[in-house]
Amino acid sequence: MIENRPFLHLMAHVILIAGVCIVALPVWVAFVASTHGPTDFMRGTIPMWPGPHFVQNYSRMLDRGLATSGTPAVGTMMLNSLIMALCIAVGKIVISVLSAFAIVYFRFPFRGLAFWCIFITLMLPVEVRIVPTFQVVADLGMLNSYAGLTIPLIASATATFLFRQVFLTIPDELTEAARIDGAGPMKFFRDILLPLSRTNIAALFVILFIYGWNQYLWPLLITTSADYYTIVAGIRRMADAVDGLPQWHLVMATAMLAMIPPVVVVIGMQRLFVKGLVETEK
Amino acid sequence: MASITLSNLGKNYGGGGNAVTGVNIDIQDGEFIVLVGPSGCGKSTLLRMVAGLESISEGEVRIGDRVVNQIEPADRDIAMVFQNYALYPHMSVRQNLAYGLKNRGTPKAEIERRVNEAAEILQIGAFLDRKPRALSGGQRQRVAMGRAIVREPAAFLFDEPLSNLDAKLRVTMRLEIKQLQRRLKTTSIYVTHDQLEAMTLADRLVVLNGGRIEQIGTPLDVYRRPASTFVAGFIGSPAMNLIDARAVPHLPGTAHAGTVGIRPEDLTVAPDGPIEMQVMAVEELGAQRLIHGLTGGEKITTTLPSDAPLTDRMRLSFRREQLHLFQRETGRRLD
Ligand SMILES: Nc1ncnc2c1ncn2[C@@H]1O[C@H](COP(=O)(O)OP(=O)(O)OP(=O)(O)O)[C@@H](O)[C@H]1O
Ligand SMILES: [Mg+2]
Repeated sequence: MIENRPFLHLMAHVILIAGVCIVALPVWVAFVASTHGPTDFMRGTIPMWPGPHFVQNYSRMLDRGLATSGTPAVGTMMLNSLIMALCIAVGKIVISVLSAFAIVYFRFPFRGLAFWCIFITLMLPVEVRIVPTFQVVADLGMLNSYAGLTIPLIASATATFLFRQVFLTIPDELTEAARIDGAGPMKFFRDILLPLSRTNIAALFVILFIYGWNQYLWPLLITTSADYYTIVAGIRRMADAVDGLPQWHLVMATAMLAMIPPVVVVIGMQRLFVKGLVETEK
Repeated sequence: MASITLSNLGKNYGGGGNAVTGVNIDIQDGEFIVLVGPSGCGKSTLLRMVAGLESISEGEVRIGDRVVNQIEPADRDIAMVFQNYALYPHMSVRQNLAYGLKNRGTPKAEIERRVNEAAEILQIGAFLDRKPRALSGGQRQRVAMGRAIVREPAAFLFDEPLSNLDAKLRVTMRLEIKQLQRRLKTTSIYVTHDQLEAMTLADRLVVLNGGRIEQIGTPLDVYRRPASTFVAGFIGSPAMNLIDARAVPHLPGTAHAGTVGIRPEDLTVAPDGPIEMQVMAVEELGAQRLIHGLTGGEKITTTLPSDAPLTDRMRLSFRREQLHLFQRETGRRLD
């Protein structure tokens, strides 16, 4: 900002701090809850400071899980979620980067049609086609498998369009220089296009990883075996105690653990991520 | 190194008229040819057809003794320097230079040798390991030329390589390109819309207008005997005065001409000169002045030394052989 007035600075900070508080408060409450014993939540007042049961709660969840709700140890579910999120993110990126490459750089018959087909799938997210998709996956015998968890979610029109946009910003001269330099299509793709879209791929990876990690409805539908429960769907099962009260302290501990991988991904790729979203130099 | 022959070359982008029509040029081995003309006259199109980046609608391009119409750019044995340099932004200068050689399977040691040699010729050795982003415009330009010379191609193709540089740098780079080409003796085709660049660089000039060739010749030929009013007005700065012959009926020997051309620098002040000019505006250039005026209702410009006296009306003279006469309808040169 070019303005340099103390009052504006103060206002900006107040608003930003308020925003941070609004976002952070629930996380804090969840963390506090995960460090108390089972009875502390039933007294009517919610404690605002951490209690003494941190080690006990977390080691319990990591070790055994919550047998009463039929969920396995947190580690298993985390691993399932991780596999699912990685497969979705990597799969989506590979497929969309290749289809964008085809659409932008090749003149093939029915190119326009292919483009519009991809475009139309934008209007058909998983939630809309969930019943037929479930039918197909069930018929193919992919219930309770990683393939069933990931493949139906992999195709992505949004990512294809993003890469198309990125490729369109790469100057024609660069393509022509590569042609004169004797780079065939795949070489051009590998040596020029991929490195130039590196930051966009990173940004997209972060977004898609979180998208995959947060998948809820689809895993809930197609996993019936505890071996394939994902963490997000698992948390719901835990909160859904059939007999008796939900064990909030354990649910919250699981929720805190579930937050770690996305946070690690965001922090680890932060620099590339920001660059990918703001960078214009090509 | 090779000769390049364009025969009856034409390009149709498939929307109305042709971008290039009926172009015939014989380019000798080692010759420096400059294609010059106003914006949109088809210079780039012509060059890109030679490069193989644009399909050829009609006619034929030969490089050496091969017809290359159907041959991929990479296999035509040419190298191109682009206006915006088109360096690979994610590769270091060294990798930029080496990329074309690597793709052709040149041995490592040979690549190394050629890159170092090019770096020395172009004085870019100091930043071989930098990314193009960290270079100035002039340095990028050198790298772009380096990428062309490491390939040791049969021909260099330049598409306005200097137009992104500032005026001063353009002059130095112009000279360097010329010296480089002299030294390497590689056949070159150079596109520019700057007539000064064209004059200074070319062994032969090709003046294009509306996709057709107006004139081919050495810079001096073209300057001294422009083949049409278009060339006359385009080559030379300030531009040649082109006056309707009817406005100056008293000039000797112009009776059968439609347009009379005379270069501003050929006009001198003389009390009994045949042209009377009413001065409208004066531009100081330092060593000399540009004087704009009217004669018989037609605009006329002359350059005079800046110490020459200025009056509202002046009489101007010239030598008969400095007069250029053109046909009225076609604009072609008469003699
Ligand atoms: N891809 C294309 N599709 C259709 N028409 C084109 C295309 N490229 C160029 N043209 C047309 O062909 C003509 C010649 O274009 P060209 O780019 O060769 O001009 P130029 O002489 O290089 O001009 P400049 O000095 O501005 O670069 C122009 O009228 C232009 O509009
Ligand atoms: Mg051009």
